[in-house]
Amino acid sequence: MTSLVIAEHDHASIKGATLNTVTAAAACGGDVHVLVAGHNAGAAAAAAAQIAGVAKVIHADSAAFANGLAENVAAQVLAIAANYSHILFPATASGKNVAPRVAAKLDVGQISDITKVESPDTFERPIYAGNAIATVQSADATKVITVRTTGFDPAAATGGAAAVDAVSATADSGKSSFVGSEIAKSDRPELTAAKIIVSGGRALGSSEKFSEVMTPLADKLGAALGASRAAVDAGYAPNDWQVGQTGKIVAPQLYVACGISGAIQHLAGMKDSKVIVAINKDPEAPIFSVADYGLEADLFAAVPELISTL
Amino acid sequence: MKALVPVKRVVDYNVKVRVKSDNSGVDIANVKMSMNPFDEIAVEEAVRLKEKGVVTEVIAVSCGVAQCQETLRTAMAIGADRAILVETTEELQPLAVAKLLKALVDKEQPQLIILGKQAIDDDCNQTGQMLAALADLPQATFASKVEVVDGKAHVTREVDGGLETLAISLPAVITTDLRLNEPRYVTLPNIMKAKKKQLDVVKPEDLGVDVAPRIKTLKVSEPPKRSAGIKVPDVATLVAKLKTEAKVI
Repeated sequence: MTSLVIAEHDHASIKGATLNTVTAAAACGGDVHVLVAGHNAGAAAAAAAQIAGVAKVIHADSAAFANGLAENVAAQVLAIAANYSHILFPATASGKNVAPRVAAKLDVGQISDITKVESPDTFERPIYAGNAIATVQSADATKVITVRTTGFDPAAATGGAAAVDAVSATADSGKSSFVGSEIAKSDRPELTAAKIIVSGGRALGSSEKFSEVMTPLADKLGAALGASRAAVDAGYAPNDWQVGQTGKIVAPQLYVACGISGAIQHLAGMKDSKVIVAINKDPEAPIFSVADYGLEADLFAAVPELISTL
Repeated sequence: MKALVPVKRVVDYNVKVRVKSDNSGVDIANVKMSMNPFDEIAVEEAVRLKEKGVVTEVIAVSCGVAQCQETLRTAMAIGADRAILVETTEELQPLAVAKLLKALVDKEQPQLIILGKQAIDDDCNQTGQMLAALADLPQATFASKVEVVDGKAHVTREVDGGLETLAISLPAVITTDLRLNEPRYVTLPNIMKAKKKQLDVVKPEDLGVDVAPRIKTLKVSEPPKRSAGIKVPDVATLVAKLKTEAKVI
């Protein structure tokens, strides 16, 4: 039994999601290998080799992997898949994009968003927006899995000394090309890894107000910024701030929800937070049912007061 | 150009499901069922492409029990031209659905296959990508914008750090994300017209597909319960509690 983790990286370094996925892979039993499919990604491969618990790094390098196109990355995974009993991807946008292609080509089912490994063939995963937890068992020879990173502690980023094997890269499919991207650069902690998240809802009323009210709070707490779907749909916050069933799944030490009513789909994304604070002027808001501390107040008064009290 | 739009009948998004006391599953008896919201967005997008003259025919497809016909009639009321039901009472998992859809893609030869990125019941987020792989087609998942230009689809995708745009050759599979469009309200005249549109029923055997599930559900449990919280009277109390009781700041 050997597991292959498909690394999430930016060619220069390994992203945190990979570390949680390595932990999940280790729980499946057997050695853990990491695939780095990138372009001029020697640094990422070297970083992967240092992850504690990783026995080998496979490095495939090609311009075809420069932007993580699913057709190309899947082909690379498939080229080495026969060696593995388990193939794990973090349940990030890229992991979710690629994993099912690999599973279908191998003619196996895929298990999405696992939160626990019970045994090499049995896993827990949330369904119905996290309102139920299913324990599922796969009889397929190869298990293809995406890992909910909040379900597993990250493996240590250093301490390992794996060998890095260079393999020849599979070809570009030629059917898809990268045109451009708008990726925000921020000094704030990444939403899925942040210890503290402050999140704003539609009550903020405008993108100027969202920024004006929430940013200083995030600054004061060293927090990441999140948003409800309603706030993103209204244009008050960018799409990558959305926390929810089909947005980011987060489980910080502290989640502060400001002006968020707490729809089922939003709760799905944050109800595993250690401590939840809700600030909302509607006493009936469903968010209060999951909040450890609920403050019934107008956020426009409460948030500035919170900032000055902290 | 034909657009094939797979749609799934799921528990309505407003319903908060309960786990059965014997942990065998979720209780969906007598619960309101609706078209998966992401699939509704897919139908809307296909119909808009038809209205723009890019697509000539929109074919809605659903796989499952006989009641999926209702979901297909809704798709036709939004504007799909005809529908296909692959009828079975077997538990259908994404791999099986992808194989059924592939058989239909081979038959209908659509240039565009547009479906929701995930179903809100099983939350798998697999079917579109699996179909693309089986049919050797390019894919663009989590689409927030679609433009068809010179035989390619330019698709803007919502990804973890923001947005990215890909150009994929047709035929291709696109999965929809929330902000791709806002589906129209279905009008009564369109609901009436939809009743008369063509709806074909086939079985998995007719398509030569073995739909047996690969993954077995051993049990379904309630998620861990959070202990009840408290209301705090003011900001000062909140801060004090966060510091001394919760110790998170």
